[in-house]
Amino acid sequence: MSHAEDNAGTRRDFLYVATAATGAVAGGAAVWPLVNQMNPSADVRALASVEVDISDVAVGTQITVKWRGKPVFIRRRSADEIEAARAVSLDDLPDTASENQNKPGTDASDVNRSVDDAGEWLVMIGVCTHLGCVPLGDAGDFGGWFCPCHGSHYDTAGRIRKGPAPRNLDIPLTTFIDANTIKLG
Amino acid sequence: MAGIPHDHYEPKTGVEKWLHERLPVVSILYDTLMIPTPKNLNWMWIWGIVLAFCLVLQIITGIVLAMHYTPHVDMAFDSVEHIMRDVNGGWALRYLHANGASLFFFAVYLHIFRGLYYGSYKAPREITWIVGMLIYLAMMATGFLGYVLPWGQMSFWGATVITGFFGAIPGVGEVVQTWLLGGPAVDNATLNRFFSLHYLLPFVLAALVIIHIWAFHTTGNNNPSGVEVRRGSKDEVKKDTLPFWPYFVVKDLFALGVVLTIFFAITYFMPNYLGHPDNYVEANPLVTPAHIVPEWYYLPFYAILRAFTADVWAVMLVEFVTGGIVDAKFFGVVAMFGAIVVMVFIPWLDTSRVRSGKYRPSFKWWFWLLALDFVVLTWCGSQPAEGMVPVISLIGASYWFGYFLIILPLLGVLEKPLPVPATIEEDFDAHYPPKDASASAAE
Amino acid sequence: MIKQSILAALVAFGLGSGAALAAGGESHVEDYVFSFEGPFGKYDPMQLQRGLQVYTEVCSACHGLRQVAFRTLGDHGGPQMEADQVKAFAKLFEVADDGDDAEPGDTREGKVADKFPTVSGDGMGPDLSLMAKARAGFHGPAGTGLAQLFKGMGGPEYIASILAGYTGHEKEEAGATLYENTAFPGGWIGMPPPLEDDSVEYRDGHSADVHHTSQDVAAFLMWAAEPKLVARKQTGFLAVSMMILLTSLLYLSNKKLWAGPKRKA
Repeated sequence: MSHAEDNAGTRRDFLYVATAATGAVAGGAAVWPLVNQMNPSADVRALASVEVDISDVAVGTQITVKWRGKPVFIRRRSADEIEAARAVSLDDLPDTASENQNKPGTDASDVNRSVDDAGEWLVMIGVCTHLGCVPLGDAGDFGGWFCPCHGSHYDTAGRIRKGPAPRNLDIPLTTFIDANTIKLG
Repeated sequence: MAGIPHDHYEPKTGVEKWLHERLPVVSILYDTLMIPTPKNLNWMWIWGIVLAFCLVLQIITGIVLAMHYTPHVDMAFDSVEHIMRDVNGGWALRYLHANGASLFFFAVYLHIFRGLYYGSYKAPREITWIVGMLIYLAMMATGFLGYVLPWGQMSFWGATVITGFFGAIPGVGEVVQTWLLGGPAVDNATLNRFFSLHYLLPFVLAALVIIHIWAFHTTGNNNPSGVEVRRGSKDEVKKDTLPFWPYFVVKDLFALGVVLTIFFAITYFMPNYLGHPDNYVEANPLVTPAHIVPEWYYLPFYAILRAFTADVWAVMLVEFVTGGIVDAKFFGVVAMFGAIVVMVFIPWLDTSRVRSGKYRPSFKWWFWLLALDFVVLTWCGSQPAEGMVPVISLIGASYWFGYFLIILPLLGVLEKPLPVPATIEEDFDAHYPPKDASASAAE
Repeated sequence: MIKQSILAALVAFGLGSGAALAAGGESHVEDYVFSFEGPFGKYDPMQLQRGLQVYTEVCSACHGLRQVAFRTLGDHGGPQMEADQVKAFAKLFEVADDGDDAEPGDTREGKVADKFPTVSGDGMGPDLSLMAKARAGFHGPAGTGLAQLFKGMGGPEYIASILAGYTGHEKEEAGATLYENTAFPGGWIGMPPPLEDDSVEYRDGHSADVHHTSQDVAAFLMWAAEPKLVARKQTGFLAVSMMILLTSLLYLSNKKLWAGPKRKA
């Protein structure tokens, strides 16, 4: 009888431990959906990628589209703008990184900033890398963009040249779906 | 605690002592958890933990749903569909919240009827009972407010009907109704404030629950025999009780497990069974549904409301006596609220010196008739007020009031009760006799 | 006597449903069997695609589906269309233009992230996004709720029965044309019969008679109303199984714990 009691002790504890452990698993399973519901919902995730029709963009002009809540500048550069950007030496740039998600780790030479090799298409997130204002196009001392908030100047490749902004304008994941459509993200 | 002699919490470590001198929260929680509980409690005592679980479930799912819901007439319905289709797991949260309300009321009705049968409302537990009734009223208000939020046809028209009650109050009715609605009819002002109040009331409810627990911890729990725990000494107490932890915590959790198994089966496999299809149609102030029906847990009171039509003699009498001030509509409203208010007074209406229905043979019949009456009134409330339904509703409503106002006061005087056990220990031993003789024979 | 009974029987058979309907008698909803019924039910993606075709070619002329986003046509548990199919499909629809230069009333081609358009106006019908949950096909008996407990709410069954329930008779009432229907309460419905045999041609060669197209579109509308049905039942299976396990362990723990006080130790 004492033999049964010794075993009964461990058998009883195992049951309680197993019950508590199963309860903890059930509790954990209940917590995950409560946390996950705050993650982006399906309609928000659907807009993670956006296709933009660029067939109406004339040379030397830009359109601005909203993507993931931010403005994106899509500019069709003129030959002059491309030439001006390519003439700049890397030594003149405060930020020598391309800041281009399509070409990570490359430098800020103009060929690493444009979407296509010819340099005609420039796609950048239109948010100043200083404190987040939207820079004005066709403005500033370098023929590119000028941020009115604290006076940052960007050149025709969207690279910071003068002012407090630390980085070149960011370039998001961009692909040409066909000659008339760009996919962002 | 409970006037029942028992060992109290003693802070042991340095940290415990430091905290105890500043805020005795650990001692309060410990004593609450370890409270000596009558050892003969049966399975009708588990509904308290089910109710506590429901309150937590509704608050948590509610807060999370509120992160995605928009309380504006043009966007409410669509925001609920957004939850159902796009929010991660939103469909589950919504169905848990909607069906959780049903579980809440299912449990509360069993909990209340337990109290009615075993005399839990009798002295010294009157305050526990009254606070319980306040909790029940708060639950009804919260449920009503919540049902309006999805802005379906039943949401809108149910709100129109219920706020219409206030318009029935003589004299000030219209002013009060306009004040509640924020306008001449149920509209955006109404929806917005209903959302605010629906978020608020559950926390009022939680406070009432804490007071409810405080009250029955002060008096001690009732038990199926209706006999009080012996309080002469700690030894006597130990013969009648067991500490709440672990015995009743584990027992309650097991019962909760059974209840939740069924609850999840309903929520995940038939989530719309207890609801009304018309609420999947967006609210239209210009089109009234064929039959306006509240959710099932309001149906008995809806039946009582509709039972008192202008051709009922009691209504005609009151209308005459008050010079037309109290009409059939107002009578119905008063009867409906009265059906709940009358329960508040039961500690004084029940004149029996025996607490538990177990030892009251005549009482049992009338009690079970009341339970049947509740079910019949539920059915009546779901049906259009045609044919036999109004008559049955009137009989049902009359029995409801008759039970509390006439039968209970008389029964206490006229009934001959059975002998009551001397102690809880005696009651418990009768169910679980000592098995020493048979055990040693088996060895 | 016998002649009278035969005559009575003939009259009963001949005028049976018509007479009952004319008197506003009981409408009948057929208890069709759908693949998504029961605790392990799932949608049949091919049936949903057929139903989508019926909706697009027939119903969308008068009924919107504004709660359903085109992208969900590719989701798990639904019609499971390929991404490029969904994109091409969305382009078939015109949706409200939300561009910067758009005027109110402008439309543009649908994109994958858009929802099906709303359809409203004179003679148009109600939006169908939630129709399968907004109607109950089964009732009672006598208000007990038992029919729905055993057969389900009956929303898709109701829809299929309506579509297949036209008798062909019409009448004029108060300037409107009503069509006799065995499933519609009251027997006369305002919607003209939308489906005939072979109203659509299924690419997979499936039969397109009214009996089939009505059930296919009803199944599609059930998915439109409850796209998460499959996930719901799968989660339900896990939740109930987990609870049975936990409850069993709690049962045993409780039994062990109380053995002492109950003197069974």
